[in-house]
Amino acid sequence: MEIFDYDFMQRALVASLLVGVTAPVVGIYLVQRRLALIGDGMGHVALTGVAIGLLTGTAPVFTALIFAVAAAILIELLRARGRATADVLLAVIFYGGIAGGVVLIGLSQGGSAAKLNAYLFGAITTTSAQDLVVFAGLAIVVLLVAVGLAPRLFAVSNDEEYARASGMNVLGLNLLLAVLTAATVVISMRVVGLLLISALMIVPNAVAQQIARSFRGSMVIAATVGVSVSVTGTASSYYLETPSGGTIVLLAVAVFIVAALAATTVRAAHARRHHSTSEHRHEHGVDCGHEIVAHEDHLDYVHDGHRHAAHGAHYDDH
Amino acid sequence: MSTPPVIELRDVSIGYEDRPAVAGIDLTVRTGDVLALIGPNGSGKSTLVRGILGLATVLTGDVQLFGVPAPRFSQRYRLGYVPQRHTVGGAIPSTVEEVVGSGRLTHRPWYGRTRADDRAAVSQAIEAVGLSDRRRSMVATLSGGQQRRVLIARALAGQPEVLIMDEPTAGVDAENQQALVRTLLSLVGSGLTLVVVTHEIAPLRPVLTRVVAMRGGQIVHDDRLAPGGLVSDSSGDCHEAPRPLSEVSRLGEAQSPLLDSTLGTAGREI
Repeated sequence: MEIFDYDFMQRALVASLLVGVTAPVVGIYLVQRRLALIGDGMGHVALTGVAIGLLTGTAPVFTALIFAVAAAILIELLRARGRATADVLLAVIFYGGIAGGVVLIGLSQGGSAAKLNAYLFGAITTTSAQDLVVFAGLAIVVLLVAVGLAPRLFAVSNDEEYARASGMNVLGLNLLLAVLTAATVVISMRVVGLLLISALMIVPNAVAQQIARSFRGSMVIAATVGVSVSVTGTASSYYLETPSGGTIVLLAVAVFIVAALAATTVRAAHARRHHSTSEHRHEHGVDCGHEIVAHEDHLDYVHDGHRHAAHGAHYDDH
Repeated sequence: MSTPPVIELRDVSIGYEDRPAVAGIDLTVRTGDVLALIGPNGSGKSTLVRGILGLATVLTGDVQLFGVPAPRFSQRYRLGYVPQRHTVGGAIPSTVEEVVGSGRLTHRPWYGRTRADDRAAVSQAIEAVGLSDRRRSMVATLSGGQQRRVLIARALAGQPEVLIMDEPTAGVDAENQQALVRTLLSLVGSGLTLVVVTHEIAPLRPVLTRVVAMRGGQIVHDDRLAPGGLVSDSSGDCHEAPRPLSEVSRLGEAQSPLLDSTLGTAGREI
């Protein structure tokens, strides 16, 4: 295929694969904690890091990583204090981050609107070989930690108070999750862009919320959706000549809409199959007189042309 | 030397930030106690247990857990906690097994695969609350009463020596209350020490051995119960227990003016 003929596209596709799997696996804990927008804020602060890299001639990926990690730790410490002012302070940090980035990129040599756009919304031509090495290293570490410590990160995201009462190091785990989020922001900065990275952490998990039945299943579904939309979006942006980040996120949103519609339809169909106890006062049993039919692991009772199966306090039609 | 008390508080005040919500608390809980902590809204009973668990700040006094000062106590898994909550929570779907499994983590190393004994403890905990057939169900699809039982199972998965429960029966229908009491009876039979914060002792009456009443941030009564009735305490465990509740002969029926006032609006809330 033509797109594989170009080195920059090969690098962009590998980078999109890395971010596609990493972002949802970290994002699942943010969604679980109802902190879906925190990655957004870290992306804002990372932009200042990028700008300082450009101004000082340092690789922007490194300076972005330093800024994002520092912001992550500061944000988590402010949150841990739990005061009402923390919310406003976080907003100040986020706005300061993006404003600093925009101004400093403007001041840097060769700073242009196009360059700023590439950092904000992603561009397929920008991933260097050195970037790719850094991204791969970060992605491996992030995945090892996010999957390996999944039970603890799940526990603390699911019920922080309980985790604290049972003696877990809640602040440590929260700081760890914040640093994982910061690293994911940096892995995503080339292909997805700093303004859109949060979307790739969150939207695949929103898809999983619609269809998964367990946390483990949610993680697998979110990572699969993440990789699919990330690689497809990157390839599409080559042909469509669109910013890669926007293309990836639009694809993710489209998948979410389809999943939400499908889940709603299935739930509605399921609800129609249910008889509530108020509608079905008769209680089936071996002596109730209705024909009994063995069905998989349970019994159905033939009642007015329907096959009723006990389910909790009501009967389903089978 | 005798076994140290499970929980021992000496002249303790507990609060949030710098404001004490309870003060001057002396309380000793010994192995085998099945204690109800009762009192009207705002009496400080939840704050008291949150202080014991490290969720509220102990401002003054001394809290000892299994004979060790609470700040230095590293075996928190010996205390199980069932928070006051109607649902399990979390925005991502999770199964009963996954939620209960998080109660087992303090027994496990940071990294590594789940061991067979961890899986067995989780299964036993789920079985103890009668949810074995729902172990792979999404917790969000369970009823409120069943979700409460998931939270109890999560605490049991850590195989604690004392279980601290905050309002386990509030908002739970009669059928689920009976299921809860059956679970508690079997746990107490196996030697578990229980501290239950509650508005209503009637549903729990079959398991209780002791009732501590709070009002205005202080303990106002501390009495031991005999099976089926009430006897005044003579063990010396109930420090500075003011007026005994001995005049209340059938505490479980909550008919005395004292209990009516202590229990506050409980009847209307349920």
